[in-house]
Order: sequence, then structure tokens, then C-alpha cells
Amino acid sequence: MLKIGPLLFESRLLLGTGKYPSFTIQRQAVEVSKTEILTFAIRRMNIFEPSQPNFLEQLDTSRYTLLPNTAGAKTAAEAVRIAKLAKASGLCDMIKVEVIGCDKTLLPDPMETLKATEELVKEGFIVLPYTSDDVVLARKLQEAGCHAVMPGASPIGSGQGIINPVNLRFIIEQAAVPVIVDAGIGSPADAAAAMELGADGVLLNTAVSGANDPVKMAKAMRLAIEAGRLGFEAGRIAKKRYATASSPVEGMSIG
Amino acid sequence: MIVVINGESVSLPAQIVSVSDLLKHYELHEKVVVVEINGEILTGTEHQITRLSDKDRIEIVHFVGGG
Repeated sequence: MLKIGPLLFESRLLLGTGKYPSFTIQRQAVEVSKTEILTFAIRRMNIFEPSQPNFLEQLDTSRYTLLPNTAGAKTAAEAVRIAKLAKASGLCDMIKVEVIGCDKTLLPDPMETLKATEELVKEGFIVLPYTSDDVVLARKLQEAGCHAVMPGASPIGSGQGIINPVNLRFIIEQAAVPVIVDAGIGSPADAAAAMELGADGVLLNTAVSGANDPVKMAKAMRLAIEAGRLGFEAGRIAKKRYATASSPVEGMSIG
Repeated sequence: MIVVINGESVSLPAQIVSVSDLLKHYELHEKVVVVEINGEILTGTEHQITRLSDKDRIEIVHFVGGG
């Protein structure tokens, strides 16, 4: 089970809700992914077009925990405001802190992320900051009281997979809260690799929504995350330089 | 009364007094929206009792797809 703050989840896959080809495909993808946590962004409503379709309205919100993000924020103050707007809906206590410090790489601003995390923890939110793979920052976020740390595997939406498995492992080893690998996952192999490193969960969006067949990819990600977790729990063998025979070397009827 | 909604200046009919009236006027009363007035974020239960004033800066936000 994945435990984030007081909440327990069977699924270790957190799914984003952006950029799907259609709501029908999105609903199916969400269903087969067996995710229990869905991320959302908070944006101004177009009040002159109230009938515009909205994915949240098509969702049985009692079946999912909503994880709104603070995307769009460039400062801690902006992130805190977006978090409070999300909470005022009465639908969620969780917040993904996302304070972007660079438009080109979409890498997070470490100082503002830490500041926003400190403040939102004080305000009683369940706080999941999106961070880079910086080991010391992950520790400081944890000391600030966050309920999970979410290091990126590689830049958001890049699909490059885990570019620094060494740092990721350091973050996982030192963590007392769940580590959820967020951003940059491209393929099921990437998701499985994150779980085999010992991550507690994976948050992804574009890898599913941008796949040729998002529904099939949602299933693939679910299976990869399950497989990776089982592999981690089972404990892989050590790597050796030379071969070791699997068949017995005694009793051969040759020679 | 003239207010600013999501950055746009809007002239509201005189019968709109509360935030609830405003949401009904724009057919948003059954949707999941969050309203902020002059930087004050309202919960759903405050919509009925919160009155609007001329020059209010109103933000109406909702949940959209995102990662």
C-alpha cells in the first residue's frame, strides 16, 4: 500500500489529466490504469461559455483522490494562492507544489518550492512538492514536513526517462516519506526502472496521453509499475562480471 | 454595477446582489468553481452571503486537465 499522509492507496500510479485526444479515451485510460489519484490544474473559467466540457464533471469524484497542482506559479506566494483556491472547492486537501523557475526546461525553482511547501504544511495541506533530483533539497522538503517528495526523472513532458538514477537512489534511501517519481517518464520500462530503484510511486501524464494508443499505454504503465514494485520487494540478484551456470555442473554424462 | 471578472470589465444587471446570483447569471451554479473576490477566496457556503460591490475584482476558477 502507498501511504501519503493519512491516506492509503492500492495503486502506485498517479495519473495526470492533461492533453488527451478526447474525454472518451481519457475515461477509458483512467479506468484501465486503476489509478486512485488524478492530478488537475487550476485555471480561470471562461464564464461566457459555461457549457464547455470539463473532465472533472464526467468523473465520479468519490472514486478518486484529486491532486491539484500549482502549475503556473512562479513564486511561493502564487503557489500558496492556487493551493487555497483548489482547497476552497471542498474536493481535496492534497496539493502538488509546482513552482517553475525556468520556462525552457520547466525545472522547479528550489527556493520557492521549499518556501511554498513550508507554508502549505503549516496551513494543513497534504503537500507533495515536485522537485528536481537534488538530494539535499529533497531532504529539506522532508524536514519542512512534506508528505511525499516528487523528484523528476527528467524534464516535464520530455519522455527521456531517468537521467540520474544515482541521485534518485540517494533520494529514496534517505527518505522517510514516500518518493514519487514525477515527470519525464517516457515508456513502461522507465516506470518499472523507477519502481525497481525503490520509488513508492510514479506520476505521469504525457507518456500515456501522448501515446498512439493511450488506453493500451495506461494498462502497460499499470503493469510496469506493479512489476517494478514486485521486483524491488523481491530483491534483484547482484550483477557479476562473468557467467554462472544455472544448470548443475556435477553429473554430466559427457566425457 | 461594473466589476472585473477574470481580468475583463463586465457590467452586471442590478438584480445581481450576491456571488450566488452571479454564478446563476452565468449558469455556473451547478459547476465546480471557486470564486475569489479582491483576493479573498470563498468557500461554497460563503457564496450566498457574500455581496458584490462596484469595482470588485472577481476571479472564477475551475479544475482543468493537467499533470
